Amino acid sequence: MLEIKNLSKTFNPGTVNEKQALTDVSLTLNEGDFVTIIGGNGAGKSTMLNAIAGVWPIDSGSISVNGVDITKLPEHKRAKYIGRVFQDPMMGTSADMGIDENLAIAARRGKHRTLSWSITRKEKEKYKKLLSSLDLGLEDRLTSKVGLLSGGQRQAITLLMASLEKPQLLLLDEHTAALDPKTAAKVLALSDKIIEENQLTAMMVTHNMKDAINHGNRLIMMHEGNIIYDVSGEEKKKLHVSDLLAKFEEVSGGEFANDRMILN
Amino acid sequence: MLNIVALLNALPGSVAQGVLMGIMAIGVYITYKVLDFADLTVDGSLCTGGAVAVMLIMKGINPYVALLAAFAAGMLAGFLTGFFHTVMGIPGILAGILSQLGLYSINMRIMGKSNQAVSVDKYDLVVSLRYITPAIVVGLIFVVVLIGILYWFLGTEIGSAVRATGCNENMARAQGINTNIGKIIGLVLSNGLVALSGALYAQYNGNADINMGRGAIVIGLASVIIGEVLFGKIFRNFALRLFSVVIGCVIYFAVIALVLQLGLSTTDLKLFSALIVAVFLAIPYWSGKYKATHPAKVKKGGKTDAGN
Repeated sequence: MLEIKNLSKTFNPGTVNEKQALTDVSLTLNEGDFVTIIGGNGAGKSTMLNAIAGVWPIDSGSISVNGVDITKLPEHKRAKYIGRVFQDPMMGTSADMGIDENLAIAARRGKHRTLSWSITRKEKEKYKKLLSSLDLGLEDRLTSKVGLLSGGQRQAITLLMASLEKPQLLLLDEHTAALDPKTAAKVLALSDKIIEENQLTAMMVTHNMKDAINHGNRLIMMHEGNIIYDVSGEEKKKLHVSDLLAKFEEVSGGEFANDRMILN
Repeated sequence: MLNIVALLNALPGSVAQGVLMGIMAIGVYITYKVLDFADLTVDGSLCTGGAVAVMLIMKGINPYVALLAAFAAGMLAGFLTGFFHTVMGIPGILAGILSQLGLYSINMRIMGKSNQAVSVDKYDLVVSLRYITPAIVVGLIFVVVLIGILYWFLGTEIGSAVRATGCNENMARAQGINTNIGKIIGLVLSNGLVALSGALYAQYNGNADINMGRGAIVIGLASVIIGEVLFGKIFRNFALRLFSVVIGCVIYFAVIALVLQLGLSTTDLKLFSALIVAVFLAIPYWSGKYKATHPAKVKKGGKTDAGN
């Protein structure tokens, strides 16, 4: 489904700030895989997702989705294949536009935009139903500006937007990290539901080891720009946080205690 | 001191100027507010519009056709800025300054000299300061039609993509929108309107002048800000917001007429305009700062906070 081969990326090469973010990473995802990705700060988790999404060009390697080589495609063209939710709730939506307008833009992802109306009456009905399924009271605020919504509400809408036009790959980049625990749980449950209902292939970066274990069918641990642990199926189900910690200690030479790691 | 009679005599002219230049201000609204792009091309493209229209009219071309040609010339100017910005990676403000500078030479080439006059006695002009009331009516018809077209366009799929580009580039790209094209469309449209305004304004004044665009961006910004400050809370609808920009422009020219009556010299006007715009731009910044240091006591809770 997704095939990453020998992906490398160095930021600010040749300067004092040089940072080798990804080192020869290869990864193959199967159709319907829901992969959680963990690792310390600077391990390359978000960098990998951004490389797939095409935020900047990579140094070497190749990326293909369902056999289509997207390595050289610009970000907006890859959007045809990829749905994304970001860590910052401000990033995924247009604050000055209505909820319905945001959804309508997302519904046309990967399609040719024309001079017909940006949103039809039929769509509005559909969005109303979708919003009521979120159970956030947003169905009565269809035309409200997204900027008026809370972070959790915005992430929920971004999730809808990412899945409205079924993506071949869904990228969730720590999309609950900026939310309070209760809202984070809600958004996470919604993510599960959307991925399951649409049978999406998804990658989710998280700092929460428990979430990484409890969600998805496969888990990847990254360290210093490499994938150091890749576990799936029954083996993943049996994982405990302590196993991950041990693994982490092993590769980082004992000093695992990262203040952003949430241990339980 | 203030001569009320003279001021009242000057007012209809100010209204006409405000309506005709209001079209330019609508163009500035498109870049400054919709696209979030401070486009300085305006100072050049306003004159380009005037120059193209006047030269074509002098060649015997129908003045309405000349307006269309001016619109097209302005679009080209906007495209130039868009090209500088997106393809060549030049920061927005600098891209506009480069176009503006380049346009000076182009405008001189078009006109052949720094001023070209068209007399309403000789040509069948669309508007003229000789007939102020018709000029206001014609100007308003243009304004209403243009606002209608913009309202339609920005409501289409492509227009919506342009708005998303201005609002959140990250979101736009993630939703498959080519933000470079979005910016170019906005700049092209905006400068087309600016040039059209210049073409009308030149006919109104009976001449195109190489300096007619100097400071136009400031007039445009002033109109946008005045319109927003006075009507921002009343006019929620996009079409009405655009109209409030035109009203802002009329008010600007009325204030200019007033300070001229008060004895300010015409050469002092630009300083006056610059300071007015600076103060109006500062108001939201200052009020934001004030609110940050003097937080109002707000009750939390209620439906809007649910799910936080």
